Amino acid sequence: MPGRLLTLAAEKGLADSRAMERTETELIAAVLKGDSASFEPLVLKYSPRVFATARRYARRESEVEDIAQEVWLKAFDKLGSFRGEAPFEHWLMRLTVRTCYDFLRGHQRNRESSFSDLSEPESDWLERFVTAPESASENADAAKMLVGRVLERLSPQARLVITLLEIEDRSVKEIARLTGWSVPLVKVRAFRARAEMRRIVSKMAKDKYL
Amino acid sequence: MNLVELQNKLIAAARANAPGDHMPYAFEKRVTALLSSRVALQNLEGWVRGLWRAAMSCMAVALLCGAWEFLNPATTNNTADLSQNFETTLLASVDQADQSP
Repeated sequence: MPGRLLTLAAEKGLADSRAMERTETELIAAVLKGDSASFEPLVLKYSPRVFATARRYARRESEVEDIAQEVWLKAFDKLGSFRGEAPFEHWLMRLTVRTCYDFLRGHQRNRESSFSDLSEPESDWLERFVTAPESASENADAAKMLVGRVLERLSPQARLVITLLEIEDRSVKEIARLTGWSVPLVKVRAFRARAEMRRIVSKMAKDKYL
Repeated sequence: MNLVELQNKLIAAARANAPGDHMPYAFEKRVTALLSSRVALQNLEGWVRGLWRAAMSCMAVALLCGAWEFLNPATTNNTADLSQNFETTLLASVDQADQSP
């Protein structure tokens, strides 16, 4: 009996997801026919993911909003190129990642500045790491600020690869799909990105202790 | 200082502090309004582009006619000018009355 219930629930879930998919397809078809109001449910449904991704690359909330808005404008303009073979979400995330990359390329700042202006909590966290690495918690706000500083100094390519590969824990194939780069290119860029990050971390240590 | 460990720690910190997925109030309305205004603007742009093309075509036709007129001046044998033609037409009925017996 529980098995039968599970099967029914699974079938219902499948039917619901199919209905949802159909609705999404219908919405896209309506937008393509010129009904721009049908775009609103799509924006409402997927904006949280777009915002979460944009916040990985932009610090200021105004910049995050600009990125999200640009993603949706591009999505509207390029909706005709969505063939419906893959889920809309995948297509949208590709667009989001590429827009974030364009943003990084257009806003390369603070890349050459030194780490001499670390705040007190950041300096304390580093001190704690030097004396007893295990006592420096990665959940601390200072650690979050420090990693933000390090990421800001990375080149756009390196930042994108480190974020996708190391922080979001995505596979090389997935990164290739999201960025449009080939798999070997992602591997090469990942190798360079790690080296670049190591150089920056070492510079931070030098600026702090030398 | 162990730099590799520091790097790993920093990456772990970034992983532990995933950014929020909240969106500003009525963001979807803003996007839709922006898109609607863009669509309206695009329609207007279409009209402007069409009218501009029509104006350019008219100008080209006028220029061609001007050039044709300039390069091939009218070679008519009729030497009467417009005022004479006008007078003849206007007084045609009077002339006919004079000529009739």
